[in-house]
Amino acid sequence: MFEATELNLQNQRRERLFRTLFLAMTLLLILPVVVILAMLVYKGGPMISMDFLLTEPTNGMTAGGILPAFVGTIWLVVVALIASVPIGIAAALYLSEYAPDNWLTRAINLAVINLAGVPSIVHALFGVGAFVIFFRFGTSILAASLTLAVMALPVVIVSTREALQAVPQAFREACWSMGATRWQTIRKVVLPNSLSGILTGVILEVSRTAGETAPIMFTGAAFFLPFLPETVWDQTMALSLHLFVISTQVPEVPEALPYGVALVLISLVLSMNAVSIAFRVYLRGKKKW
Amino acid sequence: MAESTALPAEPTTALAIETRKLNLWYGTFQALFDVDLEIKQGIITSLIGPSGCGKSTFLRSVNRINERLGYVRTTGSIEVLGFDVYAENVEPVQVRKQVGMVFQRPNPLPLSIRDNVLFGYRTHQERGKRLSRSAADEIVESSLRQVLLWDQVKDRLDRPAVGLALEEQQKLCIARLLPVKPSVLLMDEPCSALDPKGTEAVEELIWELRGQYTILIVTHNMAQASRASDECIFMLLGKVIEHSQTAEMFVTPKCQETADYIEGRYG
Repeated sequence: MFEATELNLQNQRRERLFRTLFLAMTLLLILPVVVILAMLVYKGGPMISMDFLLTEPTNGMTAGGILPAFVGTIWLVVVALIASVPIGIAAALYLSEYAPDNWLTRAINLAVINLAGVPSIVHALFGVGAFVIFFRFGTSILAASLTLAVMALPVVIVSTREALQAVPQAFREACWSMGATRWQTIRKVVLPNSLSGILTGVILEVSRTAGETAPIMFTGAAFFLPFLPETVWDQTMALSLHLFVISTQVPEVPEALPYGVALVLISLVLSMNAVSIAFRVYLRGKKKW
Repeated sequence: MAESTALPAEPTTALAIETRKLNLWYGTFQALFDVDLEIKQGIITSLIGPSGCGKSTFLRSVNRINERLGYVRTTGSIEVLGFDVYAENVEPVQVRKQVGMVFQRPNPLPLSIRDNVLFGYRTHQERGKRLSRSAADEIVESSLRQVLLWDQVKDRLDRPAVGLALEEQQKLCIARLLPVKPSVLLMDEPCSALDPKGTEAVEELIWELRGQYTILIVTHNMAQASRASDECIFMLLGKVIEHSQTAEMFVTPKCQETADYIEGRYG
């Protein structure tokens, strides 16, 4: 009486088909990542050494290390974070916790989402116009980082807002009903419980800013500058631009060199991500609901 | 469980809440129509009526939590202890200190049990003043004792409140209102998320608090309204249909609609 009917069997076959299809797509998706990583490790791995990380490029960038680019990327990312994270979080807090639900708020939300879709080369030109020329920052780390910050802001805002909205409304109501103001509610309940989500946005931003080339190439990143930057007013080399340069602009670069640079860039991003992820896991463990 | 025939702890005729011509709109939808109510101090008044009749809306306008929605418009007046809470110079934070609220689903904050009890108190504390450890302990203990929760939780005050059983969470939600010494407690179906045993425990607690606080409780549960309140208000489609002694309403309702509702002909 409980045997499978023809219809059941058909459904089962269909079930297997879709399951396999979706699995195949998922595997297809991670394939490039695996291949890229494998290639980089295989071809660039032998390049990596303390010397490679700690010396300047020599011989017209066909030999030597990548120290100025490595340090420069860290400068760019850190300054961009300092500029964008506070602004992004503040804007997300406003949009999520304070803004009334009216056409203006909806327009702002729409603008934020669209801003995320602006091509990075457009951001680059904006950066040149605004930071390099108008604010007279010149081509400098500051101008490049601010350009990166503008580009990353929508990511931070959207992900922070989502993290804030993941905090159950019931908590806010509880706070308000006890007479807490919005700020008291944010500080005591909303922020502590959305930190891990906010960090995810920051992680995304780090990855994106570290790898961007276009926004920095006109605003502060140098083709070849074998010195370490000392202030935000200096120009600097950066890993992403360096990779672009030695891959396309410089003749007779040994094949392994670009792979080595790419491997360092990816490792830098992944290790920054790892720190943030570890922090997130720690925070989530402390979550009390 | 005390019977509803028990005498009020302190017979009083003073009014805790008095509304006049209270109308309320959500956007263009009118949810309350000319609500005139007089709710006496120190007793338990239950609000009954079918879903969407405006019970919760009424409750939420007393502590002005409704206006957080942004698109709510109110006319008329609500006086709490003789003062209009919608008057121009009124600070909603002070209203909410005087009028505590318990929600349908227990909503302890994602903090420790102890910090939950102290949350409201700290919120209203003057800036820069620190509560001494012993004073805080005292507040926590007396509040938890009042809600009959102290013995169960006294050894795990620093554990997350969300780990408590639902019924205990709801008691905690009541306990955290007490340190700021409110006079009115609004309860929006406080037992609907609880099992029968939890319901009984929370009802028992509500009855325990009777006399010290004016309690206004929205409920869907006729049995609960009839056994655990002194007076009863029946609302329908945003209007008050009947307001009388609970015993009277459940035996000899004045209006046909009330009778129909109580007998379960709609709801």
